[in-house]
Amino acid sequence: MTTADLHWLPPAENFRAELQDAVASSDPQERWRRLVCLARRRLDLLQTGALDRAMRRAFADAPPPRLPTRPERLAVLASSTGDHLVAALRVGALRRGIWLDVLLGDYGQYQQMLFDPGKGLAEFDPTAILLAFDARHAVSMGDSVDQVMERISDIWSKARQACAGLVIQQTLLPVLPGVMGEQEHRLETSDAARLGAINARLRACADPAGVALLSIDSWASRLGIAAWHDAALWHRAKQEIRPAAASLYGELVGRILGAAQGRSAKALVLDLDNTLWGGVIGDDGLDGIVLGQGSAVGEAHLEFQRYARALAGRGVILAVCSKNDAANALAPFDDHPEMGLKRSDIAVFVANWDDKAHNLRHIAAELNIGSDALVFVDDNPAERALVRREMPEVHVPELPDDPAGFGACLADAGYFETLRITPEDLDRGRQYQASAARASLQSSSTDLEGYLRSLNLKLDWRPFDRAGLQRIVQLINKTNQFNLTTRRVSEADVSALLGDPAPITMQVRLADVFGDNGIIAILIAKPAPENPAELVIDTWLMSCRVLGRQVEAATLDILAKQALARGCSTLLGAYRPTDKNGIVRDIYGRLGFSAAGVAGDDNLWRLELASWREHQTFISVSGPES
Amino acid sequence: MTQDDILEGVAEILRAVFDEPDLEVTRETTAEDVEAWDSLNHITVMVAAEQRFGVKFKTAELERLRDVGELVSLISTKLNLA
Repeated sequence: MTTADLHWLPPAENFRAELQDAVASSDPQERWRRLVCLARRRLDLLQTGALDRAMRRAFADAPPPRLPTRPERLAVLASSTGDHLVAALRVGALRRGIWLDVLLGDYGQYQQMLFDPGKGLAEFDPTAILLAFDARHAVSMGDSVDQVMERISDIWSKARQACAGLVIQQTLLPVLPGVMGEQEHRLETSDAARLGAINARLRACADPAGVALLSIDSWASRLGIAAWHDAALWHRAKQEIRPAAASLYGELVGRILGAAQGRSAKALVLDLDNTLWGGVIGDDGLDGIVLGQGSAVGEAHLEFQRYARALAGRGVILAVCSKNDAANALAPFDDHPEMGLKRSDIAVFVANWDDKAHNLRHIAAELNIGSDALVFVDDNPAERALVRREMPEVHVPELPDDPAGFGACLADAGYFETLRITPEDLDRGRQYQASAARASLQSSSTDLEGYLRSLNLKLDWRPFDRAGLQRIVQLINKTNQFNLTTRRVSEADVSALLGDPAPITMQVRLADVFGDNGIIAILIAKPAPENPAELVIDTWLMSCRVLGRQVEAATLDILAKQALARGCSTLLGAYRPTDKNGIVRDIYGRLGFSAAGVAGDDNLWRLELASWREHQTFISVSGPES
Repeated sequence: MTQDDILEGVAEILRAVFDEPDLEVTRETTAEDVEAWDSLNHITVMVAAEQRFGVKFKTAELERLRDVGELVSLISTKLNLA
């Protein structure tokens, strides 16, 4: 059974401590901001209740001043029990930075409240009304679907009179068992069939009546009715929506309220490698990335591209934010036969080696929208964590491991919830292409130190061994970008190094708080033929996935210590330029080497170990001797 | 899991649902002892217990419970049979 879990939200770690901290803030704006942050995690039933209580204590009558949102007063007119949904409704609104007051009609009294506003509705002065009819009640509202719709239309006009704002009609949950089977619709008297028919009529009538629908019947069809409804709870307490689904219910209502205030996200920012295609374009090349026909993974990525394109078609702006050389990043858009997205679909295309938070600020500025209107999709949990930490206002979904689930994850998350589409929405893509104005780059700094510390990086190195042989050979032969000399080898070449005491070999493994990245760097250094006190770095390569985490410096330090232990005086490095390895052009310089001329194709570098100093990094290093 | 572990787990749930972090909970505690223990909170307690202990209660089972001790025993029986 699939559950009504808000699976796209990041897990709630240290909830109790963070809630205490939030409540203890002396500044109301900060207190509110922290409570909103907590609402944007995946909370369970009890945590939702605790957050709701804390919010109501801290902001009993009104939100803090000068929020970008308007407070809402929602009257919930339900035909069955609704108490268990109220906390989730408030937290769903809080997730969007909206302060929500809820009036839950007395049990069984929704008609009285609507037809006689003096009974509390007028005094409450709702900005929105939610009409929630349970299935059994709905089918009893008339002898035919027409009669039921007449009653509902009447209720809608009364709701309109009581509230100038949103009238939200919850669709009916298909909780009644059928009596006929696959052709249930042929039985006039079937209550089960009637529910479906009423829902269809709600869809037809809601727009002309200016009513928004809360489409839980669609959700029930996707998740299964058991995720929404427990018949035993209905009989015990007349709760048609089960408590486990309360969070989702509250989230969906929150989406509608947020959309009505224009608070939905506006732009989808896409990572490239392993998000829009399988593999890494810089290393695998156009022929090596996995996209489209002939591969299940490729098809999944292509389908996700098409989903992004469909979002763009109805007004969502697309941007790209990738750690790649720009030329590599653009190549599939221009030249790969299976690409679903074209370069012209992307309003802002950012491919560089800067940190992604910096780039997202640039993208928001370029698009002239708030960073809180961005959705950032990246398969790499470390990148997601950096952005969540640096820019908590950006929406960052937890993607499933399998790209086949990317589109559904985004759809479930509902970041771009919209009540209606205008002609301008349909035209938006073209408008962004045509726009020539460039916003100035916002300058701001990212707290890289805090981020690196939070990653809890652990590096472990070994000399080459038989166990690592295959992976070593694979890395040496497929790494193109962070590769100083691009020397390719056979398994025999590497095997020969295993028994040889003369060279220093390193296979470097990196783990972080998200898990083990496996072997991500390879180094081979050999004594120079003319002078064994000088060590020549024959091969040095690293996976681009771990750039920007000080692994280069840590690797060099390990080599330097090994070299000193052998009595070496000097490290010699060479950089052989290729089309793909421009990013390491200056790495030796940045690590303290001096330029030492040119020999053939190679730029030479030299480091006297006497002048080497260990780098301060946030990595804890272990190896064979420690 | 021992019955004492279950009692502690149930106590944590009760404290969270009723928002009373210092609530004293024993096997003899009943709904009458706690002002906040109304029918709505009762459902929340049972749903939270199902989620926490990975069990499912039958309506008939719940209607027979008279105090926390009987809830603890019921959960324990279900866990031992699992």
